[in-house]
Amino acid sequence: MKGAFKSLSVAMVKGFLRDKTTLFFAFLFPLMFLVIFGLLFRDAGNEKIKIGAVGDGQVLVALERTGAVELERFDDLEAGLAKVRDGDLPGVVQASGDEVVLRFAASDQAQAGTVQGLVAGVTQQLNVAASGAPPKYDFRAEQVEDASLQPIQYLTPGILSWGTAVTAVFGAAITLVNWRRKQVLRRLRLAPIGATPILASRVVVTIGVAVLQALLFVGVALLPVFGLTLSGTWWLSIPVFLSGVLAFFAIGMLVGAFCKTEEAATGAANIVVLPMAFLSGTFFPIDKAPDWLQTVSKVFPLRHVNDGMMDFLVRGKGPEALLLPCGVLLGFTLVVAFIASKVFSWED
Amino acid sequence: MTSTDAEAIVVDDIHKSYGDLRAVDGVSFTVGHGEFFGILGPNGAGKTTALEIIEGLREPDRGSIRLLGLDPFPRKVALLPRIGVQLQASAFFDKLTAREQLETFAALYGVGPARAAEVLELVGLTEKANTREDKLSGGQRQRLSIACALVHDPDIVFLDEPTAALDPQARRNLWDVLRAIQERGKTIVYTTHYLDEAEILCDRVAIMDRGRVLAMDTPAALVRGLDAPTRIILERGVLTAAEAGALPGADEAAEDEQSLTITTRTPAPLLTALAERGALDGLQVRTATLEDVFLHLTGREYRA
Repeated sequence: MKGAFKSLSVAMVKGFLRDKTTLFFAFLFPLMFLVIFGLLFRDAGNEKIKIGAVGDGQVLVALERTGAVELERFDDLEAGLAKVRDGDLPGVVQASGDEVVLRFAASDQAQAGTVQGLVAGVTQQLNVAASGAPPKYDFRAEQVEDASLQPIQYLTPGILSWGTAVTAVFGAAITLVNWRRKQVLRRLRLAPIGATPILASRVVVTIGVAVLQALLFVGVALLPVFGLTLSGTWWLSIPVFLSGVLAFFAIGMLVGAFCKTEEAATGAANIVVLPMAFLSGTFFPIDKAPDWLQTVSKVFPLRHVNDGMMDFLVRGKGPEALLLPCGVLLGFTLVVAFIASKVFSWED
Repeated sequence: MTSTDAEAIVVDDIHKSYGDLRAVDGVSFTVGHGEFFGILGPNGAGKTTALEIIEGLREPDRGSIRLLGLDPFPRKVALLPRIGVQLQASAFFDKLTAREQLETFAALYGVGPARAAEVLELVGLTEKANTREDKLSGGQRQRLSIACALVHDPDIVFLDEPTAALDPQARRNLWDVLRAIQERGKTIVYTTHYLDEAEILCDRVAIMDRGRVLAMDTPAALVRGLDAPTRIILERGVLTAAEAGALPGADEAAEDEQSLTITTRTPAPLLTALAERGALDGLQVRTATLEDVFLHLTGREYRA
């Protein structure tokens, strides 16, 4: 019934737009995360290693020229060593005449190795140059475009799918519980309409809200301050995104079918959404997590939305990469929606 | 129209138990077209359960219902446009105004938005059309919930405790609304625990207690059937109890701290005698009410 579908959709949209709390959690709250993390991590990965330097000479000049280190000058060795002992500097280089001594902190072995390598490398280069002999081994360094991403490139799809998940799960669950408790469901049941227009209007409103969220978050991330760059196949992320919204909607319906009060529904929705957000690479790339955790995270639809969105929004993969995330998400939706329909009741 | 459609509602020996509790324990009655029928009784008497079974929202364990000739359970879509059910006064969509609520519900029945203004007028909420549901007073919400039940112009209207928790003024306003609905030829079935109200509004009432119908008739016939004496109450000190008891028509006279109560079955000569003595100051005449009927039927004082 078209009239019922339209009027229910309009009623839900009005209710949504007039509820300031819901608007805040749907739009401003995730946006705050995007802005804060986007600005916080903007320069991550570009930090130079700081090492102490005492004295002067060719070695120190060459070290600075590598671009990999930043030197902090000390007048005497003791002041520099004190900083190393405090853990503020990974090492201090003392250069006087022909003698170069590196004193390093042993606590962080990886960093100690880096510092040693840098200083030793520079010193050896100077040695070779000073000897006047041609180098036996030719060494060249070339830059390669790698797959590791600027933080904004994974923050945007992550926070977008997380924000959408929260809104879709909570929106569906709370509406269902609230309507049952307040007897709105009974009123709908007493009207000569089937369940289809009711369900369809809620799905359409949920998708509409998610699309608005996507436009807002991606729009903000594209601003020069944040510097998101979309790949050529960004539009392929749309089917992944929509499948994801359906999966979250199904979770919401399941929570709403189980819970009798709004409080219970809020708690249950949090139990689902929070671990899902942390384990799905919303706030940090999941590939840095241990293997078993990565396996666990694959049961969550949010993980697949994140991966799928990232594949198209920033990594520029082709249409063949659609199959896995969309298939998993739609399958998830069907299974969860089926369980929800079995648990669901119109009345308490 | 089928022959069974001669009555709007036929309820035949319905039962419903929840565990050990027999919420409805053999209730039968019929309601004619255009009748204002009241189901009365204290809280927990089984009124709401009975009403929900008749509306088709619950299945009876036993017994049958004919609503406009059809069994309302399981849900009959063809029947739904012909019945209007008032639900609790919170069964509204969040953040919508009174008019928007009605327009939304009207659309579910394929009724245009113009009808919203009509029912708002009928329940006296025209001025509140653009007020959000959560900003309405208790009485206004109650009237809005009745308007929602009427928006598709049903033949039978079910109202469950429409006047509960309202202040006296709001209750009286609502009575006018209920009378206006009846004047439009609607059949009304309503539950209440206010016996005085049912006496004023209903064509017929069924008094329920503990899942059963104790008595069913017009309020006047029920009271008459009690054959209860009339009580005449005077200010204390006008007459002594002995003097009063000796008056023509007086059966008995009793005094308490404030007043003198004379019971009589022939009030006319007694009132004449009192008038002759100039003893009419502060006089009250109390005839039996449905509360007395309830007391008589159950042996208990009526407590809502």
